[in-house]
Amino acid sequence: MDAVLANTDTAGAVERVFAVARDRLPGAGKVADARRKAFEAFKRAGLPHRRIEQWKYTDLRALMREVLPLAAAPDSAALERARSALAACAIEDAAKLVLIDGVFAADLSDVAVTGLTVRTLREALEQGGAELLSSNASDAMISLNAALATDGIMVEVADGTALSRAIQIIHVATASRSSTVTRSQVKLGKAAQARLVESFVAAEGAKHYQANDAVIISVGDGAELSQVRLMADSVDAVNVTSAMLTVGAKAKVNVFNMTTGGAVSRFQGFVTLAGEGSQLLVGGVNLLKGAQLGDTTLIVDHAVAECFSREMFRAVVDERAHSVFQGRIIVRPDAQRTDGKMMTRALLLCDAAEADNKPELEIFADDVTCGHGATAGALDDNLLFYLRARGLSEKHAQALLIEAFVGEAIETIADENFRELAMAQAERWLGARS
Amino acid sequence: MPLLEVQDLQVRVEDREILHGLSLTVNKGEVHAIMGPNGSGKSTLSHVIAGKPGYEVSGGKVLFNGEDLLQMEPDERAAKGVFLAFQYPVEIPGVATMTFLRTALNAQRKARGESEYSTPAFLKKVREVAKSLNIPQDMLKRGVNVGFSGGEKKRNEILQMALFEPALCILDEMDSGLDIDALRIAADGVNALRSPDRGMVVITHYQRLLNYIVPDFVHVMSKGRVVKSGGKQLALELEEGGYAQFEDAA
Repeated sequence: MDAVLANTDTAGAVERVFAVARDRLPGAGKVADARRKAFEAFKRAGLPHRRIEQWKYTDLRALMREVLPLAAAPDSAALERARSALAACAIEDAAKLVLIDGVFAADLSDVAVTGLTVRTLREALEQGGAELLSSNASDAMISLNAALATDGIMVEVADGTALSRAIQIIHVATASRSSTVTRSQVKLGKAAQARLVESFVAAEGAKHYQANDAVIISVGDGAELSQVRLMADSVDAVNVTSAMLTVGAKAKVNVFNMTTGGAVSRFQGFVTLAGEGSQLLVGGVNLLKGAQLGDTTLIVDHAVAECFSREMFRAVVDERAHSVFQGRIIVRPDAQRTDGKMMTRALLLCDAAEADNKPELEIFADDVTCGHGATAGALDDNLLFYLRARGLSEKHAQALLIEAFVGEAIETIADENFRELAMAQAERWLGARS
Repeated sequence: MPLLEVQDLQVRVEDREILHGLSLTVNKGEVHAIMGPNGSGKSTLSHVIAGKPGYEVSGGKVLFNGEDLLQMEPDERAAKGVFLAFQYPVEIPGVATMTFLRTALNAQRKARGESEYSTPAFLKKVREVAKSLNIPQDMLKRGVNVGFSGGEKKRNEILQMALFEPALCILDEMDSGLDIDALRIAADGVNALRSPDRGMVVITHYQRLLNYIVPDFVHVMSKGRVVKSGGKQLALELEEGGYAQFEDAA
């Protein structure tokens, strides 16, 4: 009974959000139709809740309660705050593409990058690109994203082009008690090579906001993508990001997700290995404290034969925080000679900390090598004592062991600079503990 | 003032008393051997001195240079110059030995208000000591004790001892798991560290180790107490007559 009431209430609130936003959302005609359809799909399902298997541990109906109105376009004071936040997270030499409160900031972005075509979602939708609002994954939050997306970055790397500079898509939140909905697209042509960083940061004073981002990535045959996503939102924010990744044949994909921010965060990745002979390496680290909930959900679909996938996750959970890892490897009937493995480990630093690890294998082919493992435990007292007997304080000893623990996942990042970015974020988190 | 003064120490683990009033005095420049059968409380003594959690001190005192050691955290004890060479050194995957050594040394120096070692000075020092202990450079790049043989683990303990230059070294069953050649290298490393400024406590089951590290004093432990003390010849008596001759004394 309660659930039904909550659902009705949520639907009513979100309907008002959609009704208010509708006229300022980019795109008419088919695009507006696609939005309306996506909104209807969201309304039927409502915010995901614990009785939906994929959202069992992250009950957004309880955690989010409602969808906040879309953020207004940032004013000059907000832009000033965004600038300082940008300066702190911008990576040297990377081509920066900046979204502030869900709106592309052209004057803070590097749009002229050799080998890269950059457009905004707003432009593309205004030109009638309704297909940009569809995706191959079905999920209420992705439907909501399609209904409300205000802007996003669309980048394309032409066949055979190897980008010399990394691309950094930066999401800056400046507004409080409002939501931002963005949708981006990354296309790598055949044999193209790109390095991508996605950063989520909060400008000073941005609190209790909701971010819903979707990124649709396609990697062409023989292409190589190296990607890190660094989520450092405000600790009272909600961030739900959905990544839809389709990989062609003989491609190499190395992706990594690190979460240290957000009161509630969910990174859900849907990877389809659609061409034979491809290699996928996915790593992730959640570093959580306070009452944070960090959820990483990853579905790797081996749709064709001869692909290789590895997933390596680490969660460090302090105080009353809660980490969720759900990993599913699907091996379709034709995906013979698939080699897919995942390993997830959680380190609990307090009695009140919680970790839910749920690895799943769905195998429909008979000639495959697949495996998974999951562990949860505390720091080893014998190791701690050894380090302390050598002169390290308790916090210092813990930090060294935690660093080693997450280091195993960070080492899945092939790109040295990216590895350092991830390590630096982990060190910042550890530094704040002591 | 003695370097280490253990007075009437009583220690419990859960509900069981392991040490029942143990006393021991170690002065600078002295090497003391503690011998005794399994379960006599030798390792408990070393753990309590180093500050391992899980032991309840129900009576007595441990003074180090006159200071109450039992009030200090394990890292404070290390910084003051207490070093325990572990019987079973732990493996720490993901922490490179070199990083560990530098981190530990600098943490101790910082706690003492000394400046941190510069990287070149540190590397030079580690290389010198490692060479004298027959420790190859590639071992220092590996995770702490990860994949090390028993002998390598013990040599790594002595490497740390040489590097940290502690005032008090406690060697817990240094000979366990070592063959004769490995034992000789480890013992040479320990002997090189004997100094008028340093005290050592060598804990062992067997007299064999004491052929290599010749003690000034030998103490026999049984059932949580020192039951007999003497010079180095006491170890030889033990070797002949076994521990049983002292059991009654306990």
